[in-house]
Amino acid sequence: MAEIALEHITKRYDDGYEAVKDLNLDIADGEFMILVGPSGCGKSTALRMVAGLEDITDGELKIGGQVVNDKTPKDRDIAMVFQNYALYPHMTVRDNMGFALKLARTPKAEIAQKVNEAARILDLEQHLERKPANLSGGQRQRVAMGRAIVRNPSVFLMDEPLSNLDAKLRVQMRAEISRIQQRLKTTTVYVTHDQTEALTLGDRIAVMRAGVLQQVGAPMELYNRPNNLFVAGFIGSPAMNFLPAHIEGDVVKLPIGDVHIPDALRARLQAGPGGGRDGVIAGLRPDDFEDASLISGESAGTTFRTKIDVLESMGSEYYAYFTVEAEQVDARELQELAEEAGTTDLPGREGTQVVARLEAASHVRQGQEIELWFNAEHLHLFDPENGLSLLAE
Amino acid sequence: MSVKARQRTGWSLAFVVVVVVSLVPVFWLIMLSLKTPESATDGSFIPHHWTLHNYRDIFNQTVFTAALRNSIGIGLISTTLAVLLASSAAYAIARLDFPGKQTILAVALLVTLFPQVSLVGPLYNLWRQIGLFNTWPGLIIPYLTFALPLAIYVLSTFFREIPWELEQAAQIDGATPFQAFTKVIAPLAAPGLATTFIIVFLICWNDFVFAISLTATNAAKTVPAAIAQFPGVSQFTQPIGDIAAAAVVVTIPVMLLVLLFQRRIVAGLTAGAVKG
Repeated sequence: MAEIALEHITKRYDDGYEAVKDLNLDIADGEFMILVGPSGCGKSTALRMVAGLEDITDGELKIGGQVVNDKTPKDRDIAMVFQNYALYPHMTVRDNMGFALKLARTPKAEIAQKVNEAARILDLEQHLERKPANLSGGQRQRVAMGRAIVRNPSVFLMDEPLSNLDAKLRVQMRAEISRIQQRLKTTTVYVTHDQTEALTLGDRIAVMRAGVLQQVGAPMELYNRPNNLFVAGFIGSPAMNFLPAHIEGDVVKLPIGDVHIPDALRARLQAGPGGGRDGVIAGLRPDDFEDASLISGESAGTTFRTKIDVLESMGSEYYAYFTVEAEQVDARELQELAEEAGTTDLPGREGTQVVARLEAASHVRQGQEIELWFNAEHLHLFDPENGLSLLAE
Repeated sequence: MSVKARQRTGWSLAFVVVVVVSLVPVFWLIMLSLKTPESATDGSFIPHHWTLHNYRDIFNQTVFTAALRNSIGIGLISTTLAVLLASSAAYAIARLDFPGKQTILAVALLVTLFPQVSLVGPLYNLWRQIGLFNTWPGLIIPYLTFALPLAIYVLSTFFREIPWELEQAAQIDGATPFQAFTKVIAPLAAPGLATTFIIVFLICWNDFVFAISLTATNAAKTVPAAIAQFPGVSQFTQPIGDIAAAAVVVTIPVMLLVLLFQRRIVAGLTAGAVKG
């Protein structure tokens, strides 16, 4: 058991490129910390520095209170699960899992007992004598987990361990990893580019972009109170809608209509950094929309009529796409997210497309006009200059 | 005939031609070795009288048995040393980024391009002066020189194909770099090591230039050199049968080696190391 402290950690390569810039992160003992971000954001590099596979250019890394900058991976008491599992192909599952113990000169009987125990937890008992080549992807993934578990390390490091599995198996293994972590209570650092994985797995999530830590917090905190455009756009699926807006007194003028600012929001806005500016970027989560006919009269919010261009039925809910007459919001952070998602190549269209998540009870039809309601209390407001949230925490 | 069937017939025909052309000399050699000395030059492909006389004859001559011993000994020692040295060099080249890496590879390649014949004269003089002439080390050293660059080249490609993560996984599992190499990388590179072993062994085994010039007696003379100097039964008979028999005998170990390692070479052990 150990806490991890990253203090001003920087990774600079010989060519001057900084993969990680002044990263400060405290991970509590037993915590499940997720490092998430688009590819190339430095999350894997950060993990590999914790593992000792990558030198730390600047800053201090402490595991269990001890500075481990110059320690080799084997002296850091960590176990790591690699993206491609990195199983030893010439060893059986049993030998793969017992390799670390064997190197540590653990007595044979103890190795066997620990491997059997891990195999039982991971449901690998009948595969112990097989070679990795004869296992399915999910089984290989579990062996990789098993190899980490048997050592009972003080820290688990996982580098996108589920990205090579197909979608269904990924969901299963996600739950499995969560279960194992809760059972073992081992400090875990988990790298992923998948925000769903981040939200579902982590005690806390650290969002990174271009080597810089953007925000750290519990999943709901990041979802409800993103502190900049990047985090807002990255966390949540479907992604947050962004619209240009103006603040005039107590009213936010949105392309979909005027929204009276609720008291709670006004308090946060006044306490926030942006104070009196008027041109802003408004963020609207798809979940904060609803079919107006399903909303009881008194809720704080605004209603507007729009034509639904495309309706996706998910069974338990609808995703309704409609177009708002407004310029596409243009911010560097959002540009980056679009590039990561590959949506920059999509044919341009007039106006801005907005997604709303509607209850299955709605009678919405594709191509028809409908009255939609939006929850003003959950409005997000961002500074178009620097992308920071205008709302206080 | 369909296009496909015609294609298949065409390919089969080409295949048969290639096999026949490449195997005829081998069979010729074998037939020759089974003829009696008198009928060696009678012009027939199949012997009239089958005999193992030539084989018995060469194994009764110390010229040949000593040469065989020298060939095997020198070949194995050179090869083992070359593979050991080359594997550590290749590992470094494949894994580490160090200044002069490209230079090392370039120089290594340069050595293989060097004409061996031009070295023989100077080496002959030098070896005589420092007492290496007609000794095992006298041949092992030049063999190493020419085998190492090739071995390094072949091995570094093999090492490069092994996923680096495996080594990092070993490091995390608590292995020292040496342990990671011996317990994880080397077993995976086994097909590569075997291939390199065979290639290097063949270079040493087949060498004629150094063997004929740097040896003089049974103490160090290898088979290719010895065969060329076989005495006839009398000074008027050609030792063709003996030469053929000796040639057959020296090709057997090579064939065995290839057959023995073929599966490992082809199999490729890395399957299943990473996602597949």
